[in-house]
Amino acid sequence: MNAAYVAAAAPLLGSILLLAGHRRLREPLAGWIVVALGFVSFGASVYLWVAEVGRAAGHKTVDLGIFRWLPVNHLQVSFGLQVDPLSVFFCLFVTGVSSLIFLYSIGYMHGDPSFPRFFFYLSLFLFSMVTLVLADNFLFMFLGWEGVGFCSYGLIGFWFERNRAAVAAKKAFVTNRVGDFGFMIALYLMYEHFGSFNFSRVLGPLMHGATLGAGFATALGLMLLLGACGKSAQFPLYMWLPDAMEGPTPISALIHAATMVTAGVYLLARSAPILHFSGTTQWVVACVGIATAFVASTIACTETDIKRILAYSTLAEIGFMFLAEGSGDFTSALFLTVTHAFFKALLFLSAGAVIHALADEQDIWHMGGLRKYLPLTFGAFFIGYLALSAVPPLSGWWSHEAVLEAAYHKNVGLWIVGVLVDGLTAYYMSREVMLVFFGGARWKENRPSPAQEAAGAAEGHGHGEPHDAPWTMSVPLVVLAIGAVVGGIIDLPFGGLDFLTKFLAPVFPTSVVPAFPLANATKLWIGVAGTCVNLIGLILGILAWREGVPRPVLEPSFFRHGWYIDEGVADAVAGPLALAADAVAYDVDRGLVDRFVNDVAGVTAGTGRQLRRIQTGYVRTYALGIGAGALAILIYAVARLGG
Amino acid sequence: MRVPAEWYLVVALMLFVIGATGLLIRRNILVMFMCVELMLNAVNLTFVTFSRTLNDISGQAAVFFVLVVAAAEVVVGLGIIVAIFRRRAEATADDVHILKG
Amino acid sequence: MRGADALAALHAALRLVAYNGVNSPHSEHLQAPADWAVFLVGGAFILAGALGVVTLRNPVHCALFLVITLFGVAIEFIDLNADFLAAVQIIVYAGAIVILFLFVIMFLGVDRKERVAAERFPLQRPLALLLGLGVFILILVLTAVTGNWTTGAHSLSGSLGSPSSPTGGAQGDVARLGQAIYTRYLLPFEMTSALLVIAIVAAVVLARSRHRVAGELSSEEQAAIQHSAEVTR
Repeated sequence: MNAAYVAAAAPLLGSILLLAGHRRLREPLAGWIVVALGFVSFGASVYLWVAEVGRAAGHKTVDLGIFRWLPVNHLQVSFGLQVDPLSVFFCLFVTGVSSLIFLYSIGYMHGDPSFPRFFFYLSLFLFSMVTLVLADNFLFMFLGWEGVGFCSYGLIGFWFERNRAAVAAKKAFVTNRVGDFGFMIALYLMYEHFGSFNFSRVLGPLMHGATLGAGFATALGLMLLLGACGKSAQFPLYMWLPDAMEGPTPISALIHAATMVTAGVYLLARSAPILHFSGTTQWVVACVGIATAFVASTIACTETDIKRILAYSTLAEIGFMFLAEGSGDFTSALFLTVTHAFFKALLFLSAGAVIHALADEQDIWHMGGLRKYLPLTFGAFFIGYLALSAVPPLSGWWSHEAVLEAAYHKNVGLWIVGVLVDGLTAYYMSREVMLVFFGGARWKENRPSPAQEAAGAAEGHGHGEPHDAPWTMSVPLVVLAIGAVVGGIIDLPFGGLDFLTKFLAPVFPTSVVPAFPLANATKLWIGVAGTCVNLIGLILGILAWREGVPRPVLEPSFFRHGWYIDEGVADAVAGPLALAADAVAYDVDRGLVDRFVNDVAGVTAGTGRQLRRIQTGYVRTYALGIGAGALAILIYAVARLGG
Repeated sequence: MRVPAEWYLVVALMLFVIGATGLLIRRNILVMFMCVELMLNAVNLTFVTFSRTLNDISGQAAVFFVLVVAAAEVVVGLGIIVAIFRRRAEATADDVHILKG
Repeated sequence: MRGADALAALHAALRLVAYNGVNSPHSEHLQAPADWAVFLVGGAFILAGALGVVTLRNPVHCALFLVITLFGVAIEFIDLNADFLAAVQIIVYAGAIVILFLFVIMFLGVDRKERVAAERFPLQRPLALLLGLGVFILILVLTAVTGNWTTGAHSLSGSLGSPSSPTGGAQGDVARLGQAIYTRYLLPFEMTSALLVIAIVAAVVLARSRHRVAGELSSEEQAAIQHSAEVTR
């Protein structure tokens, strides 16, 4: 029994238990079951990791079949798991972060009437995510891919009685479908060319000398990129992620920051051998990443919702990961993925604690001065802030610098924009910290009336002064804060301490991911320049927003409206598409489909109306019918005699 | 001088046909019931005839069961008729036609 | 005792008719096939009674003619060596069922004539006659052309004792029928007892007048039916 099975089966068991026992398993038992099984899954992942480290070079990949899924002629698709450094790496941090956030959710979701449903989705999500990263073929992976998409939909719309949440869920779902079309087209191309979906059949040969035509590689790579863009919320399919903040905060932390949105990063990293044969795709990936990062960062500078700022920052960070992948440095991308998981989850969870303490207030202009009331939350948020702003020597700094080095190697222009984005990040995070935790306590002005407060107290929120959260919410904060501070040690770029690089080396052999040596002097120069820009942004942000006074000059409406991209898309879609939809609805649907259906019904009803006359209600007439039937049978028998 | 089995069957057939025709023609529910009894008797006669010709006692056993079922049927049927007649002073089968579509 | 005596007397009388004046139940002639005379007498009873049931207007007369038919069938049973069934036929049918019919007729006081004129479905009578005639002719044809078209195969389970064997004969048939019913057909036999109990209960429920009788309709239901009938129209 391989630990990989356990890692996948434990959360599945959790979701099945909650589904089957949804009447009996209420708060808090349902939550604890899921948390326990999440930790089981995490333990299994740790075991996998230890085993993987211990395996001899050249035997790093283990394929575990479960059963044949679609045996169609020569297309054989299996349900199978593949254990290799990349999947183990993802499995490890996904299950780890998930378990912590599950624990946090027990406190955060306390008192919610749909508590078990929430944990059902969480467990199902973890199962799907583990399936996604452990699958041994692209089709099975797509199953997990859709699974996490479904859970994301269900959790964004968890409070579906709020219209905004329901709309946001729909938006996320539809946008993801666009990306999924890309993924599916990529699957068709793959089948057409390789006749298989298995990593060992598709990617294996490419790693060992086989080549791929540039045109085909570009087509395949771009379709995979489209899929990755949908799931990872990259330009142009990024609009759903800020709206996804309508979901509960643990969901924003887990799914829409730490894990699910990195599925696109995983997909591209997995497809590294394909990207290798298409320079165009690499460029497109890098440009998509940097463009998303830049746009998102500028929008974040003017956003006023505590969670939406973080959402835009997530877009930027994932953009950085794409930038690294496009620049041919997958290890840095994954390094950033894991450190980002730590500090962004930390930021979201502390933001959740703030929201929790202020009775669901999310506007940073209605906060301020909270560091005195929420010392622990403040500490956690501050650490996350420093890490995200790439202040040395926190984990964010190491990973950002690694990405920027790769970008510099690819193109100086990419690097310049990247540094600018980093500076912007430091600036808007300073703004958020200043407005939320420093300055005057603006939330006191907007305190609800006593009656409303009483109602809030009945729900368990907003009673008296804001205070720190219970231990189930604090413990994950502390653990993640430690990870955010020291996470950098997993891949230090000197002294042979680049553990992650070494661990992942078998997945990214130099045959498909060439190394790019940079002179030490250059590295130093890049690092110093980047760090300086960061610190300038940081200080500017602190200075500008220290007093908590609105400064309209610094919040241009162009950015505040998200570059008008959302509106633009809405208009573009609403114009011709709405016309077409109207045509379909009124002409085709009503005139053709409905008419057909109505006619069928009409003919049936008419026939019935005529046939009803036979049923006179006179028993003797019915008996006559029976007699006629008997006579018919006899006539048939006699006719047969004659024949 | 033995009577061939076919003659018994012919008599049974005639009895059956008369009963069936009567069922279709008569409108008095009681008489229709009697016609049903005629048909049952016709079948019984064939059973016994075949039992004799095939040298098989099962035919007679079947008649025994038919008798029992016929008795039960008459009891229930007459109960229903009484119930109907109690509501309507005058009733034929055609007056009970509520069950039409 | 009186019942048993009456049964014995009836039995003797039936034998007298069926076996054409041969008195001794144990004589050799008993096993000899009955002749045409007995068969024809029985057949005449049957057909005359049946035609009477179908044609007579008065239900009381119909019931009396039904007795004649049942009596004729009993004669044919004895002719076929089914003594027990013949006795049961008389006791159950003529003695119980027909009495029940008559009782109901008298009880309800519906011994008046049918309204022949108002036939709801005008073709009912001619079609019924045609149908009866058609079935009769077709079955005759089938029987004449093929001897075994009904079943297609002969059955031979639990064979009847040979008429000439010492244990056979009229008494033997009764013994064998008893054996068959209480061994091979025991379960169906027990089920008939349940059926009879159910029928008795059903009759009691149906005929009880104090409460609402099953089959009767409440005033609301009648109103609903009335309404739906109007809508249909």
